Amino acid sequence: MNFRTPLGRARGLGSARCGTDHWLAQRISALALIPLVLWFTASMMFYMRADYVSVLNWLHSPINAVLLVLMLTALFYHAYLGLQMVLEDYIHNEWVKVSALLSVRFACISLAAAGIFSVLRIAFGG
Amino acid sequence: MAADNRPTSPHIGIYRWQISMVMSILHRLTGVWLSLGALALVYWLIAAGFGPDAYASAQVLFASWLGQLLMWSWCFSLFYHLCNGIRHLFWDAGKGFEIRSMYISGFSVWIISGLMTLLAILFVYQHGGGT
Repeated sequence: MNFRTPLGRARGLGSARCGTDHWLAQRISALALIPLVLWFTASMMFYMRADYVSVLNWLHSPINAVLLVLMLTALFYHAYLGLQMVLEDYIHNEWVKVSALLSVRFACISLAAAGIFSVLRIAFGG
Repeated sequence: MAADNRPTSPHIGIYRWQISMVMSILHRLTGVWLSLGALALVYWLIAAGFGPDAYASAQVLFASWLGQLLMWSWCFSLFYHLCNGIRHLFWDAGKGFEIRSMYISGFSVWIISGLMTLLAILFVYQHGGGT
């Protein structure tokens, strides 16, 4: 038996009031990614098949290391926001959706951390 | 649930395929595909951080025909998502909503991202990618 009033049941189930933030965050990260991705693809034209030493030299440059860290941050943030939208649109089972969202979120954060750590390790290391 | 028996609104199957819907679907698909590409990028960086042996085995993987195929599919996806994303940003600013400009910008996205991919392929195989 449920004694809650209809208003009590409806409360908290409406708009999460964060739709605009999500929309804006996606656009702002997209905007940041335009120059970063152009720089990255241009660099990859040279380093995609390069030998170990030249890739290390490339990552030893502070500018390249900082740009890569910025790109990885914006990239995985943008990827999470996009994947979140796709999952929310197509998964209708609540438990599956929540687990998928959490897994993708943890995966994006872990990958960003691993990528940034590797860049810094090379940049600071020998 | 009773809601399951209700008639649903018209969905993909009932519409004639047109450039606007194809490009919209492809924007999502390339986005999801690029997330997997980001995984490969992190693998490449981790391998470089681990040392010459790990880096060499990563390069063998990326140099295989499957690796090359994946790489160029991510390359095209990136350029497509980039160009079409810029198109979306213009829409967000309220510009380019007329049918005519929608078609023009749509075909431009195809041509520019295709050309960028082609140029990238030519450059990398001509210059050996810096090796």
